[in-house]
Amino acid sequence: MEPTENIAVQTASVDQKKVVIDIRGLRKSFGENHVLNGFNMRLYEGENLVVMGKSGSGKSVMIKCLVGLMQPDSGYIEVLGKEIKTLDRETLDVLRSDIGFLFQGSALYDSMTVRENLEFPLRRHKEKIGQTGSTESRVLEALENVGLAHTVDLMPEELSGGMKRRIALARTIILKPKIILYDEPTSGLDPITSKEIIELMRSIQKKYRTSALIITHDVDCARVVSERMILLVDGTNYAEGTYLQLSSSEDPKVEAFFKK
Amino acid sequence: MAQTVQATKNIKQFLGETGELSYFAGRFFKEFLKPPFELKELLRQCYQLGNRSLVLVLFTGFIIGLVLTLQSRPTLIQFGAVSMMPNMVGISIVREIGPVITALICAGRIASGIGAELGSMRVTEQIDAMEVSGTNPFKYLVVTRILAATLMLPILVVFGDLVALYGSALVENLKGNVSFQLYFNTVFDALSYGDLVPATIKSFFFGFVIGLVGCFKGYYSKKGTAGVGIAANTAVVVASLLVFLVDFIAVFVSDIFYEL
Ligand SMILES: Nc1ncnc2c1ncn2[C@@H]1O[C@H](COP(=O)(O)OP(=O)(O)O)[C@@H](O)[C@H]1O
Ligand SMILES: [Mg+2]
Repeated sequence: MEPTENIAVQTASVDQKKVVIDIRGLRKSFGENHVLNGFNMRLYEGENLVVMGKSGSGKSVMIKCLVGLMQPDSGYIEVLGKEIKTLDRETLDVLRSDIGFLFQGSALYDSMTVRENLEFPLRRHKEKIGQTGSTESRVLEALENVGLAHTVDLMPEELSGGMKRRIALARTIILKPKIILYDEPTSGLDPITSKEIIELMRSIQKKYRTSALIITHDVDCARVVSERMILLVDGTNYAEGTYLQLSSSEDPKVEAFFKK
Repeated sequence: MAQTVQATKNIKQFLGETGELSYFAGRFFKEFLKPPFELKELLRQCYQLGNRSLVLVLFTGFIIGLVLTLQSRPTLIQFGAVSMMPNMVGISIVREIGPVITALICAGRIASGIGAELGSMRVTEQIDAMEVSGTNPFKYLVVTRILAATLMLPILVVFGDLVALYGSALVENLKGNVSFQLYFNTVFDALSYGDLVPATIKSFFFGFVIGLVGCFKGYYSKKGTAGVGIAANTAVVVASLLVFLVDFIAVFVSDIFYEL
């Protein structure tokens, strides 16, 4: 009885759900290297979407175009109702404060302490703290979310790879973004640490009800976190569906991802 | 034939790089006038640059003063002009040797340091992380470093000059029984604004090109750890060459003023 209800609720909500990221016909080349050749993608509010592709297939290029770190050659990109291309620097900065970005190698500032790393996004977005909050409490809240409040005065070089990734995640959520972009959240981590990071991603999504776009080539990560998946092959959105649908597909290019 | 092709390619690359460096310098002037000003980071950089190179500058300056005096003594004695030592050494150190040696040391120390630091920040996506968190990395990282180098170089030159003169006075004191007071009095009498002003202006320019080249090479560092090494390395080479070029132009220009 209950499961059927659940499914009904879900399908109904997908129909009405707001699109928070809309990418259409995205193209990007570096000289002769045609990385993206008309990539399409939609992220709905509150969902976990995984984009999976081989390494070097252009996943990072795609999310860098999303936040304006790279300019696409052509295509339409809309985030939270705003077309990225048309924004001036200030409006883009405001929009970016609603988008969290977890970088592939954590990208902690290695000349700063953990505290300074977390305060960094707040220095230009004081309005996000609100009248009652303080920077300090915000930093500690973010650190407690990832279970690392005791590292607040350490330098990044004193942390393990897994701790760095968790601190980076804390820095990503400190502005309470509406969307989080994860660039290979488990890459370079051992299986146990990967699981911890995935658990954190899920708990953060539950707590702050964010929408998440997860980019990965890690099948295990995709299986656990994805509600919907897109396969990026030859620079296009080659296949789309749930993990179960895709992993039982007979298309050789899709099968290649799930072969052990 | 193949050589001609290679030569044309090298010339093209050289011209392209010169253009990019000029554009980078132009962007510096455009951005450093616009708020927000990163004062705290500027002070931190001034302290770091000074701290990184002061000991080297002092050490080298002392040796240069010592050696210059020891080596000119026999010749000056031959001409019966050893009493001219403070004038000769003082003027050559303040006008030429002090600024150029200090600048070359800083090209090795500061330009490579900045090149490596920004290069590794580029490669590990720390610069991208700054950009998406609302801080303009060009202002925060580049403008502050170029300004710090420009401000600190003349100060380092003054220290280098003083220590070099001290080294020279030490030799004269031990070998020629000249008191320190007499030595320094003679030096300061011999020096005119025509010696000090061009040397100081020149030092600002040395600092500017050192900071500029270090930042340029680091900021546009190529991917991979090899890119960081290349950035640091070429920063030293290009900065040293530019120091000589600036020196040549400075001597040329001040010569015109002397003629008037
Ligand atoms: N800044 C750049 N300049 C030139 N080529 C690039 C640049 N960034 C990425 N590429 C190329 O684009 C392709 C896709 O890269 P990327 O998106 O990083 O792959 P991944 O899917 O592993 O994240 C690669 O072939 C890479 O060499
Ligand atoms: Mg990538």
